[in-house]
Amino acid sequence: MRYLPLTESDRRAMLDVIGAKSVDELFRDVPQSARLAGPLPLPAHQGEMEVERAFTRMAGKNLSAGCAPFFIGAGVYRHHIPAAVDQLLLRGEFLTAYTPYQPEVSQGTLQMLFEFQSQVATITGMDVANASMYDGATATAEAAIMACRITKRGKVIVSGGLHPHYAETVETSLRYTEMEAEILPPDPLGMEDMIGRVDGKTACVIVQNPGFFGTVRDLRPLAALCHEAGALLVVMVAEPTSLGLIESPGAMGADIVVAEGQSLGMGMNFGGPGLGLFATREKYLRQMPGRLAGQTVDVDGRRGWVLTLSTREQHIRREKATSNICTNSGLCALAFSIHLTMLGGTGFGRLAELNHLAATRLEQKLKAVTGLRVLPQSYYNEFAVHLGDDADAAAVVDALADKGILAGVPASRFYPTWPELKPVLILAATETNTEDDMDKLVAALKEVV
Amino acid sequence: MSEPMTISGNRALLIEEKLIFELDNPGSVAIDLPEPAPFDLERLGDAPRRGRVALPDLSEPQVVRHYTRLSQKNYGIDSGFYPLGSCTMKHNPRLSEKVARLPGLADLHPLQPQKTVQGALEVIDSLAHWLKELTGMPAVAMSPAAGAHGEWCGLMAIRSAHEDKGESHRRRVLVPESAHGTNPASAAMCGYSVDPIPALENGRVDVAALKAKLGPDVAALMLTNPNTCGLFETEIIEIAAAVHGAGAYFYCDGANFNAIVGRVKIADLGIDTMHINLHKTFATPHGGGGPGAGPTVLSAALAPYAPVPYVVHGAGGLEMVEGKRAGAKPFGRVKGFHGQFGVFIRALAYIMSMGSDGLRQASSDAVLNANYLLASLKDDLSASFDGPCMHEALFDDRFLKDTGVTTLDFAKAMIDEGYHPMTMYFPLVVHGALLMEPTETESKDTLDQFIAVVRGLAAKAKAGAAEDFKAAPRLTPRRRLDETLAARSPVLRWKPAAE
Repeated sequence: MRYLPLTESDRRAMLDVIGAKSVDELFRDVPQSARLAGPLPLPAHQGEMEVERAFTRMAGKNLSAGCAPFFIGAGVYRHHIPAAVDQLLLRGEFLTAYTPYQPEVSQGTLQMLFEFQSQVATITGMDVANASMYDGATATAEAAIMACRITKRGKVIVSGGLHPHYAETVETSLRYTEMEAEILPPDPLGMEDMIGRVDGKTACVIVQNPGFFGTVRDLRPLAALCHEAGALLVVMVAEPTSLGLIESPGAMGADIVVAEGQSLGMGMNFGGPGLGLFATREKYLRQMPGRLAGQTVDVDGRRGWVLTLSTREQHIRREKATSNICTNSGLCALAFSIHLTMLGGTGFGRLAELNHLAATRLEQKLKAVTGLRVLPQSYYNEFAVHLGDDADAAAVVDALADKGILAGVPASRFYPTWPELKPVLILAATETNTEDDMDKLVAALKEVV
Repeated sequence: MSEPMTISGNRALLIEEKLIFELDNPGSVAIDLPEPAPFDLERLGDAPRRGRVALPDLSEPQVVRHYTRLSQKNYGIDSGFYPLGSCTMKHNPRLSEKVARLPGLADLHPLQPQKTVQGALEVIDSLAHWLKELTGMPAVAMSPAAGAHGEWCGLMAIRSAHEDKGESHRRRVLVPESAHGTNPASAAMCGYSVDPIPALENGRVDVAALKAKLGPDVAALMLTNPNTCGLFETEIIEIAAAVHGAGAYFYCDGANFNAIVGRVKIADLGIDTMHINLHKTFATPHGGGGPGAGPTVLSAALAPYAPVPYVVHGAGGLEMVEGKRAGAKPFGRVKGFHGQFGVFIRALAYIMSMGSDGLRQASSDAVLNANYLLASLKDDLSASFDGPCMHEALFDDRFLKDTGVTTLDFAKAMIDEGYHPMTMYFPLVVHGALLMEPTETESKDTLDQFIAVVRGLAAKAKAGAAEDFKAAPRLTPRRRLDETLAARSPVLRWKPAAE
């Protein structure tokens, strides 16, 4: 078997050194009743060619985004990823390393994480960022818990513009704790108002910007409202390319910024793995979850990097840790960081402009579809549309899929019990969408709606 | 500061590399993006517009060289032997990387209509099938993103089952002292208090102490098996019966599943739930700290509480259930979308490559390799427990007594010899632990060389070469780093000199 270097004669020689007659003898601590006598009745080993064939067959049963006009967003965005990103992260020294516990042989990962933290802090407008969380949903939940820890309050207000998967993850994470989440109804128009909701029990308000239905907000009034009540403002950014065009959450008053980093470097991968970004103010540093790479010097006085402030973490603090997170998303952080390095300050702004431009082009073209109206007053590269009172967005998406068009996400997929959302479709456009794609979408919508 | 050996500070293949921010060459581009046609920003609403973000500009050649140089300062499994105990650093097959990049799998959105992603659902369903068969368990929650996340998922299912039975007073979780720190941390996130259980002289959990701690307020036992000392918990079936007898559930930390795949079914041990680290047992790359995946198998009693989403076989094909369904009482959702799909593909490719026979051979070889290290090194180091061990061999620092050399020094000396050190100072139940997990993907030749080196280092330590050990490593891009300084005056991001 190609991944197993030992030969039968190796095994015999090793058993002689051990003083055992067979490998079975080494399993003698396993209760007799639980020992399996031989391989389980499952398929036997296969060569590369056979396995590759099986995966090619499974891949062939899917309609991949590159084969269709594609307008799906809602938390996972399709962007062009430069070829160098994947080539570099495939370097075995990055790919096959563990968490950098031995800093002298992990300076590559550690310097990369330090650069990543610097990039994340810069784009979010915050003081410090950690070395990543699992994804945007879990990062949001961790932010809620951290806000409760800081304020010593238990109420978390979740905007109706937060991605419903994130809201569900927050709710689940708080389910058996002293904390509770108040989840506001879905907000397709972006009209939600927090005035009167935030009070002395509120630990934080969590909003997504741009919102799940598209709305881009000026967060400054909300930040002022939260701070007046002694609550924190947690801002979730599901589409980080937007930070090239919209003022950073930090500059608008956020206390904790979390984001889903998938947009940069990673591709869609059917939604996983993601990359949770987590940034905050310096004063909350010691309340942060997750790993941190920090700068130091070696015994010769040369600059280097180590994992630091680990007294917050589970391997030291156990049940008193800020989080149970251990493995995070190191390689995804590398992909994100390489992509952002390739964009640079110049490209990051340009990419955001191209995305917004694509969405405005799409909006213009959609005017040709009778009865369709764009719901949010503002947007970045994604917006909800209403297809008409009797329309069923899920059926429309289904019919368009049959025509080979992946036409957004029906809101009912997330909100099956909200009849008023049945006609709502969420459409995204990025730099990858061509005019031709948009024309095909519009033509098909005209036929179906 | 010692004199640099060269004018540049470089040493042949070891090249000093600045931070990307220090390589900034404003105006350089690594991606050619078109100039947008003139447009107004009226649709962006009332949020303030952002000026240029202070990120460095580099060209593609600079970027490629930067990350290539960084990679050269790292040690991976591809570089050499990586016996990091409890981490299962086995070879990562490249076929897995290839198939994970097939556009028909990689270029899929999680919210496409389900009829357009039947192949992706088949990947998830096939992997789930293998995991259920290999453990003998009836259900698996696929979405947890890593081991600790799976622990939390399993405990959430346990808590939900207790609440459902009206037993919300069960708030205490028993966790052995030898457990990984994630266990108590995960329990705390479910609102549980943690009660530690001592270990016996033989490295196993003290069953009498455990039984004494069971009671009507105990929700669960969290036990790692094989345990963190690399030993099988011989009395596990009796332990399970006692836990169930007290009305509690049995959580098993599956971090060490690699020792027993295909040789023991988890269900036969009386376990109610266990997470499986796909990035350990099923050979997906650790990537410098993730992504991992921690699917969590569940017994029939816990299965109804599995979080959404999950795949079922429906009339029209495979179906991803994301909300309510008859008979199910999901405790919620643990992350966005459907789990670590990219990791699933790699794990399934590995499992299909190995097959039932290969997986059993892998655990056999993993245990053989560990016992070979234990037998070969027990007279040179100090073995904490008599063999046989499972997939990892535990030593402690008694052999270093009076040498002035610590476990840390010993580890750093191994680095100069070209090895990644073993896990140090874990588990906490022995003094100065050295936990070695060779995995099955190492050849006898590699192990023999390693054994010779470790014997040589042990002899050197005993011969009174403490100063040499204290100075190690000498041949790495950086020598020992000042961790106290890093924690005392945290510098966690680059800032321009002017700030």
